[in-house]
Amino acid sequence: MIELRHVSKSYRRGDQSVPVLRDLSLVVRQGEFLALMGPSGSGKSTLLNLIAGIDRPDSGEIVIDGRDISKLSESDLARWRAANVGFIFQFYNLIPVLTAFENVALPLQLTDLSESEKKARVTRALEMVSLSDRTDHTPSELSGGQQQRVAIARALITDPALIVADEPTGDLDRQSAQDVLQMLVRLNRDMGKTILMVTHDPKAAEHARATVHLEKGQLERDAEHSA
Amino acid sequence: MLIFNLLLRNVWRHKGRALLTLLGLVVAILAFGLLSTVVGAWYAGAEGSSNARLITRNSISLVFPLPLSHAERIRQTDGVQQISWANWFGAIYKEPKNFFPQFAIQAESYLDLYPEYVIPEADKAAFLKDRRGAVIGRKIAQTHGLQVGDQMTLKGTIYPGNWEFQVRGIYDGRDPSTDAAQMFFHWEYLNEEAKRRALPRAANTTGVFIAQITEPARAAEISLAIDALFKNSAFETLTETEKAFQLGFVAMTEAIVLAIQVVSYVVILIILAVMANTMAMTARERIGEYATLKALGFSPRFVAGLVTGESLLLAVIGGILGAALTFPAAAAFSGSVGTLFPVFEVSRDTTAAQLVLAVLVGLIAAIIPATRSARIRIVEGLRAI
Repeated sequence: MIELRHVSKSYRRGDQSVPVLRDLSLVVRQGEFLALMGPSGSGKSTLLNLIAGIDRPDSGEIVIDGRDISKLSESDLARWRAANVGFIFQFYNLIPVLTAFENVALPLQLTDLSESEKKARVTRALEMVSLSDRTDHTPSELSGGQQQRVAIARALITDPALIVADEPTGDLDRQSAQDVLQMLVRLNRDMGKTILMVTHDPKAAEHARATVHLEKGQLERDAEHSA
Repeated sequence: MLIFNLLLRNVWRHKGRALLTLLGLVVAILAFGLLSTVVGAWYAGAEGSSNARLITRNSISLVFPLPLSHAERIRQTDGVQQISWANWFGAIYKEPKNFFPQFAIQAESYLDLYPEYVIPEADKAAFLKDRRGAVIGRKIAQTHGLQVGDQMTLKGTIYPGNWEFQVRGIYDGRDPSTDAAQMFFHWEYLNEEAKRRALPRAANTTGVFIAQITEPARAAEISLAIDALFKNSAFETLTETEKAFQLGFVAMTEAIVLAIQVVSYVVILIILAVMANTMAMTARERIGEYATLKALGFSPRFVAGLVTGESLLLAVIGGILGAALTFPAAAAFSGSVGTLFPVFEVSRDTTAAQLVLAVLVGLIAAIIPATRSARIRIVEGLRAI
């Protein structure tokens, strides 16, 4: 379970401090698929970054499965992310010189798994995203949709409980976007992954089970809907 | 293996940039090796000399001769095992640019004192029998296409006129540091001809005496004893070890040697700046990737390691290539300057220095970009994509 308690965050713009999140509290249940929506600059990506542990709040607590991650040291936070969070970025963020197989295998370098176990996991992950025939392709040899599927496989490879997706369909055509969203739905429904997805697209948000709106640093949760 | 693959592929990600940087590294390391070898060659004479041989010369200057009568008194000095003598001849073989040292020597004793000049016994015997015979070093023979039996005509400068010799032997250096670019002929021939041609320089004189001593540890004491024999005479002497004598020549050109050494290190500094710039550009371009890696859980130290590893790999490849190419470059250089540097070998120390410097360039060039990449805030880095 994810619990944000009175979290605030601001950024510096030159001499000025610009508040993005103000005294925000939120509870995300385990296994929830939550869409974060809001106008540009509303702080939705900032909120996602805080929950994912790649940024720190100015004040407040972020408790995930009973652990306040806002108090962890940098190295502990990195280890926590490696074990607990899978990332899906808008622009895929794959390493260009690595093949699909190697990109998916990258997070496993932080584990103690044997080479054969790593290989088996990566193979299964690529099968899950229907890219078994593209394992030796580098990102430049893959379409946008395929790259995002590689990114999804990478996000799943360490079997994290939480998956964060920041505009995962923002750079995709309609069909690829649909494929990716369906994949996320399956991950949530069949594997019980908790998914937080930032999107500005209401159609994408419909795939989630619930939506929260962020405006001027404040949250408003919509009623749950069936994905 | 995956991380190593990542490093290797990152090095070649921008082929043009990588090749140009590599070329700069190879040239810099090669230049350092070549210049260091030139410096080493400068000192080669001193390196190949002995602390068990003493050189006695005129105390005023090497230019002034000593009377041959000094020989017996030096021979009888306590600690002296054997003596010989030699005169610098300083003539021209065909053209001034074909410089090589020529010495008129007391042949039998001189060749005994210098076992490092290896001559086939038959050739040595033939040389000792022929008053006009000469022994030349292998490097002279190779440079000028000379063989045993060939005639050589030298044009005298100190001893004017043409001087005819017949090559009776070609000697090889016993050690890599032995000078194999000298010519030796009989002092007796020079002495007879000097008298016959009524040359201005006095006959029955020599440039230096060479004394083999029994105990090198007593070199200073024996040197003083020899000089004491001729103190207050018309031909006072200065005696020192052969090594000190050779270093005296090097000292005359020390400024040039120092300049060469400085240039060799400046070249390394230049390539360090080039590498640092390359790595800075590379790290800037990959901010998004480094941020992604950190988001996935890789530590700042890992990111710094990636940057440093890439820099080190490029530098080591350049260092190995540069060091390897120094050998043929040195051979070509040595061939082109003829006998100017009789001993011109790329030493192990030079090769080791080249590799160490390449590693240092790789490490130092990466310090700032590695530190910056490690410190990049994930959120800021992801925005760079």
